[in-house]
Amino acid sequence: MTGPAPHREYTDRLTAGSLPYQSCDGCLSAVFPPRVICPFCGATDLGWRESAGLGTVYSTSVIAPRDADPYPVVLVDLDERFRIMSTVVDVPAGDVRIGMRVRAGIDPGGPTGPRVVFTPEERETAS
Amino acid sequence: MTLPDLRGSTAIVGVAESDLGEVGPDRYAIELAAQAAGAALAEAGLTTRDVDGLFCAIAGRGMAPLDVAEYLGIRPRYTDGTMVGGSSFISHLHHAALAITTGACDVALITYGSTARSDSGRGRLAMGPPELPSYEAAYRPRPPITGYALATARHMHQYGTTRTHLAEVAVAARKWAALNPKAFVRDPLTIEDVLAARMVSSPLTTLDCCLVTDGGGAVVVTGADRARDLPKPPVYLLGAGEAHWHRAISQMPDLTVTAATESSVRAYTMAGVGPQDVDVVQLYDAFTINTILFLEDLGFCAKGEGGDFVSGGRIAPGGDLPVNTNGGGLSYCHPGMYGIFPLIEATRQIRGEAGDRQRPGVTIALAHGNGGQLSSQVTAVLGGGDSL
Ligand SMILES: [Zn+2]
Repeated sequence: MTGPAPHREYTDRLTAGSLPYQSCDGCLSAVFPPRVICPFCGATDLGWRESAGLGTVYSTSVIAPRDADPYPVVLVDLDERFRIMSTVVDVPAGDVRIGMRVRAGIDPGGPTGPRVVFTPEERETAS
Repeated sequence: MTLPDLRGSTAIVGVAESDLGEVGPDRYAIELAAQAAGAALAEAGLTTRDVDGLFCAIAGRGMAPLDVAEYLGIRPRYTDGTMVGGSSFISHLHHAALAITTGACDVALITYGSTARSDSGRGRLAMGPPELPSYEAAYRPRPPITGYALATARHMHQYGTTRTHLAEVAVAARKWAALNPKAFVRDPLTIEDVLAARMVSSPLTTLDCCLVTDGGGAVVVTGADRARDLPKPPVYLLGAGEAHWHRAISQMPDLTVTAATESSVRAYTMAGVGPQDVDVVQLYDAFTINTILFLEDLGFCAKGEGGDFVSGGRIAPGGDLPVNTNGGGLSYCHPGMYGIFPLIEATRQIRGEAGDRQRPGVTIALAHGNGGQLSSQVTAVLGGGDSL
């Protein structure tokens, strides 16, 4: 018998083009990264949801390798109330700001396979 | 069942460093741990034969207590290999006090060693892979600095903390290091030097980061009654507290508030003291933001005021609150994990053995350890005989 394999479920859904997360049937919390038990209430009934992909940059750091272009590492708070580490593309690394509204997309060619990345949302709101 | 009253029931009776700095490719972490252990036991008037409780953690070695026990010829009846990153050793002190107070052991040896600096030439020593797939690795953060950089950026955004505030921390550490013959870097450092240093993971530069050195340390602990018969004046454990809320930085609920807010309250409550009673602070300064965050979370200033608090040399030699009087991880030594060295320096300050960097009349010292990426927080309050 096979049990739940949340990481496999996550990567399958990501590869299909969505930003998946879990929602707890017990306390209604959003749960990320994927788990087999809710870290807020201990319930084991976690259902999958698809994020609308809109979020706000919570923090950002630009890494400047000696031999490559600088890139931002960000934490994004999704509107569904979960946070992920990611990066923001299509904008100079130093232009990424805390409070910036961003939209998720899938980068199929990440260093460890498909990954979620963000682009600035055009109708940027003041933070 | 209630826990035993730990306040003053155990004491540190011996502390020592191993060789520090750069020991070269022919020496091993366990040798440094053993060298420090031998020196700490000698200072305590004890030998490896007296040790029946062993506490140790070495990065990348899952069975470090077995390695160390075999090497030293110790057959412990109580062993604790708790590995919560750089906070492990202050956690070990807490656990040793619990074990001694309940009779599980009589003489506890806490020991650590690392050849992190010399290892860089023989391939990087990793902490070992996480058990679960990483949800961060795809974005190529530079662990651990990027986690601290994200916390720094958030602290600046919320509270107006500046890079000059961060630089004040680095400069204060260097001024203390100049007074410590064992410190790895002792040449003068200015605010401008820090501001002009190469950016690694913004807003942190190379000079906002701790050193990478070799080194080890050891601490010997026993019951208060036995401690009073040993050569050194006992340094009593008055209170200890632990807390951790996350491991990955993306799981830290608020990047400006650490679990030190809980660990410190637990330690102060047990000790019956508050921050206003603390004469010297030794805290884990892996990055300059640590000092600012921890001074806030340990209660020395309000949340968000850490930058102003460290300004004007307040934590430097001659300032109101001596912090990291050995020079800290920023300028004294940082061999992979730093957490045993705050205990060693706190002990020396209470004994009055800190030489040119001694604060006169130290009765109460606080030692604080940090592990992971602002993850595990462990606080200990130590005191001399006058504190009981
Ligand atoms: Zn729940």
